[in-house]
Formats: sequence, structure tokens, C-alpha cells
Amino acid sequence: MILDRDNWHEVYVVLSRNPLRTFLTAFGVFWGIFMLIVMLGSGKGLQNGVQADFGSYATNSMFIWAQGTSMPYKGLPANRYFELNNRDVEVLFDRIPEIQTIAPRTQLGGYGENTDISRNNIKGSFSVMGDVPELMEINPKKIKEGRFLNHFDVLEKRKVAVIGRRVKDVLFDLDEDALGQSISINGVYFTVIGVFDVFNEATSDEDEIETIFIPISTFQQAFNRGENIGWMSIMTKADAHIADIEDKVKSVLADQHSVHPDDKRAFGSWNMEKQFLKMQNLFTGINFLIWIVGIGTLLAGVIGISNIMLIVVKERTKEIGVRKALGAYPWSIISQIVLEAITLTSIAGYLGLIAGVATLEGVNRLLVKFEVKSEMFQNPEVDFKVAITATGIIIIAGAIAGLIPAQKAARINPVIALKTEG
Amino acid sequence: MIKLVGLNKYYYLGKTPLHVLKDVDLEIGSGELVSIMGSSGSGKSTLLNILGILDSYQSGEYYLDNHLVKDLSQRKAAKYRNQFLGFIFQSFNLLNYKTAVENVALPLYYQGVPRKKRNALAMEYLEKVNLLDRAEHLPSELSGGQQQRVAIARALIANPKVILADEPTGALDSETSNEVMNLFRMVNKEGITVVIVTHENEIAAQTDRLIRLRDGVIDHHVVQNQTSG
Repeated sequence: MILDRDNWHEVYVVLSRNPLRTFLTAFGVFWGIFMLIVMLGSGKGLQNGVQADFGSYATNSMFIWAQGTSMPYKGLPANRYFELNNRDVEVLFDRIPEIQTIAPRTQLGGYGENTDISRNNIKGSFSVMGDVPELMEINPKKIKEGRFLNHFDVLEKRKVAVIGRRVKDVLFDLDEDALGQSISINGVYFTVIGVFDVFNEATSDEDEIETIFIPISTFQQAFNRGENIGWMSIMTKADAHIADIEDKVKSVLADQHSVHPDDKRAFGSWNMEKQFLKMQNLFTGINFLIWIVGIGTLLAGVIGISNIMLIVVKERTKEIGVRKALGAYPWSIISQIVLEAITLTSIAGYLGLIAGVATLEGVNRLLVKFEVKSEMFQNPEVDFKVAITATGIIIIAGAIAGLIPAQKAARINPVIALKTEG
Repeated sequence: MIKLVGLNKYYYLGKTPLHVLKDVDLEIGSGELVSIMGSSGSGKSTLLNILGILDSYQSGEYYLDNHLVKDLSQRKAAKYRNQFLGFIFQSFNLLNYKTAVENVALPLYYQGVPRKKRNALAMEYLEKVNLLDRAEHLPSELSGGQQQRVAIARALIANPKVILADEPTGALDSETSNEVMNLFRMVNKEGITVVIVTHENEIAAQTDRLIRLRDGVIDHHVVQNQTSG
């Protein structure tokens, strides 16, 4: 029966009888869905922006560095400075099986320190990192030319360098091949073996395109660091939690460097997972709020539809009386009113959905077109699942909006209805 | 066909109940053409509504084609109305946004007859009331007499046993009234029971039997026109 053409003709007649009223009512639902979609998309954009700020670091990774003791221990005084070294890496691997990868790291430049990088007569100041090939697992980069460091570079203390895109732009001409060329870092010559870019520029990774990577062993020798390293990036195996490992790493290192076991300030650390979860909770909260506000707005629209349907039923009282006299079942009257409500909400809601998605898409295009790289907002989007959910909500909302008026219609007393004028 | 036994109907307006129909006993045989007359407030409309299962009653019994009609569910009442009854109203009560043929087909819609089939049948009934050329017209494009003929076709399409007409000629001039009455007699000849509520003597005179109602009581029956029916 629902597929009967007459049903749809009736829906059309009823809804087009008072076009302005229908439009205004439908607008309530349109706006509800539109706001829901735009807010969800914006929330997602905010999330994308902030999460991208984490850069491409694996979430199961952490940094740890030494920052000086605050408690005396084993005859050693407080405020003693010490540095992490190559030996710590081996000990950590031995003692903590959950560790997947350790990248010991050292740095020249950055934090206001100048480096002296030159090629022929062109000079620049870039960060120089002493690293191991494992870094690529913890913080991947896009290799544009050549290759990244490998184990032989480290083992043989080769004087090779992998340079960031911007380093190349500064030191080399536009069409010049950087591979195989020499650059000088604080007076020591290195051969360029690769050029890299970052995956996502609108993030903290951006600084990295101004960075030069050389083997850590070469770094230690060339710049007189001995066995010392600046800090470590540690990544756990997939099934382990970095938060659990963090304390173990600290106690192993405390043991190695004769630091009091309770000395909380001796090591600094940064745990990606903890920060990531914090953010995730924040955005779960924001999303929850968005749904509440969005559903509220939608509800207002639905109540509007319900109200109008009540008026429509009142206007059609006589017609409903006639239909009852002709033998209309209660269900056929209910289903007709509900069908009208669902049709109205569906059309309005669907247009709202389209308008919302189009708005997000438009904002996205503008962001891309004008190369807006915000750390707070990026790539607003609504995933397919949300769109489907919203569609479901619209249809259910329409049915609910129609149900009360429909029941009122079904309860109309035909004797009274037939006496009404109209 | 219709049998009322000791039927009482009250309306509860305010404190004292209004006794509208008082112990009404009535029998209308199959194929009869009957008119009900009475002054305003005599209970004739209430009686017609009860016969049409549009209204309920408090005590007594109403048998329609040997089915007891009492305290029916909405669904059952709708089914009986659709199967047994055809209604004709003073103001025609056609749906103004549906064409003549769609109006006629409406009762079949509630029987779940497919659109094509019910519209084809509706055309047959429009032919019967001589309105085939107006099939695609809206009610607003038809004269009062034509609208009432469409309404009669609509009342007939579900092949009812009883036609209930409430002042069917009340809004028509005498010439079209006669056309409508001719139709009723034609329908009646086919064996359908016809009950007409009217206040016009000329209309009542064209029926087999006149039932006069006064203050909720059947005042008297007048048997006339023995030839028909």
C-alpha cells in the first residue's frame, strides 16, 4: 500500500497546500541536521589539526633524557649532571624485553644554538641530528631522493648526511643534484646521500625539513661527544603499553647512572601515548557535546514538524471523517500521516545533510586553496558512518514527529468530524 | 438486513444524560427502500450514525446482516463499513484534490485493490451514474448534482448491502433531486437496501416505507408504494 501512487499524491497535495508553512517547518529540520553535520565536521577538523600536531611520531613511543640529579645517592651529591650513553641503549634492550626499538639521538643546533653549515660560498644554520636508521620506525619521513642512513653508515662512522627539503633549497640551486655533493658542518665535510620531506607540513614535523641527519657514531666522533648521547626515542612492541615501560626505563637508567630510585627529576620524559589518550578523551567529550547540541537542535525542528502535522490533522478532520465512513482502517490513517511527516523530515534532513557536507567541503577547499596551515584546524570532514547515522536519525525523527498527530487523527470521532465545516 | 432491538442512546452533556433514542425497535428488510423523517432533534441523525457504525449505543442490540454490531474495535468497524455500507452525505463529501474517478475508487483502496484495477472499476461505476466524461474532473469542476452522483458511485463501488443517505438531496434543486432519487431507485432495484434520512416530503413519498421519528421514539411507519421493492 505504501507504494501506491495515490499515497504520494496525497503527501504532495498536503505539503504543497501551504508552501510557506511547509518550507518554514522543513527549515527547522534542515537547520538541525545542517548544524549537526557542520559541528561534527568542525570537531573532526579540530581533532585532525591537534592530532597532526603530534607529528608522525608513533603513539607507542617515548622520549627520555637526563636532566641532573636532585637527590644525593651512593656518596654522590645532588645537582650532579650526567649524560646518557651508548651503553644505556644495550642495557635497556637487555633488561626490558617489551622494547621494540631504541633510537639514541644527539643534536647540534636548535634551541638557539647556531651551527655553521656551508657549501661553496652558501651558508646556513640548520639543526644537525646524530641518529640511527631505527629513527625511521619511530618517526617516519618521506625520502625524496637517495636513501636514509643505514647500519653500515653507523658501523663505519661514514661521513654521510641526509638533508631536509629546505636545507637542499638553501644550499643547492633549483635544478642541481644534491646527491654525492659535499657539505660542511662546523668545518667537517659530509657527503649528501639523501633528501627527505615530511608527510604532513602543517605539523611540528615542519621544523624537520630544516634538519640534517648524520650517523650518530660519526656525530659523536666528529663533534667530540665520546660515547654520550643527547636523548633516546624508545618504541615498544605493539602489545605493550608505553606508560608501563616508562617507569621501567627510568629505573634501569637510574641504576646505570647511580641515581636515587626515588629521584623523579633526574630524567625527563615525554610519553606520546599518554598525551594522545588525553587528546582522545578531550575529543570524545567534544563530540559528545556536539551530539547533544545537534540532537537538541534537531529535536526543535522535529517538534515543529509534529506541531504542523497536528494542525494539518485538524484541517483535515472532515476528510478523515469521510475516509473513516468509507471504511479506512485506523492503520491506513496513521500510516498516511506518518508518511507525510517522514517525507517532510527526510527531504529537509537530506538537504541539510547535503548542505552541511558541501559547507565542510567548501571550507576544506578554501583551506587548501589559500594554503592555510593551522595547528588547530585541519581537514574538516564527516565520515560515512556519521552520515548514515544522521540519515537514520532523520527518518526515526520523522516517524516520531508524525506519530502523535497520526494517533490523534486515528482517534477522530467520525460523527463529529463529518459535522465539521471544511 | 437491519434489526434494532430495544436500542437506547444517551449523550452525556453536562450533568443529566440526554436520552436521544428510546428503546427503538426497528427492522428493515433486505432490498427495502426506506426513508426516515423527523424534526431536528428527533434523533434521526443519531439513528443513521448508529446504523452506519459511526456512533455507539448504550443498550439494546443492532444486527447488520445478522452480525451483532456492538462495541466493535475500530478495525472491525472500519471493515464492516467498508464491506456492508455505502454512505451518501448532504454535502457530498468528495475529497477536493482527487478527481471523480479517484474519489469513486477510494473504498477499494482500503480493500487493498491495486490502483489500476480499482480505477478501471471506478470508471464502470461512473458510467453507471452517467458521468464517464467527467472522470478526470475535480469536484470543484462539477455541479452539485454531478458531485452527488459521483458520491453515489463511490458508495456503490464496494458492492455494499446497505446504502445510508443523510439528506442526499438537501443541497440540490428539485430537478437534480429527482435524478438522484431515480438513481437510488435503480440501485434499490438491484437488491441493495437503501435508507434515506430526509425532511422533504416529496423525497420520502418516493420510498417504500416512511419511518417517522419523534423525540427518540418511532412514531409510526407508513407503508407506501407497495409496487416497488
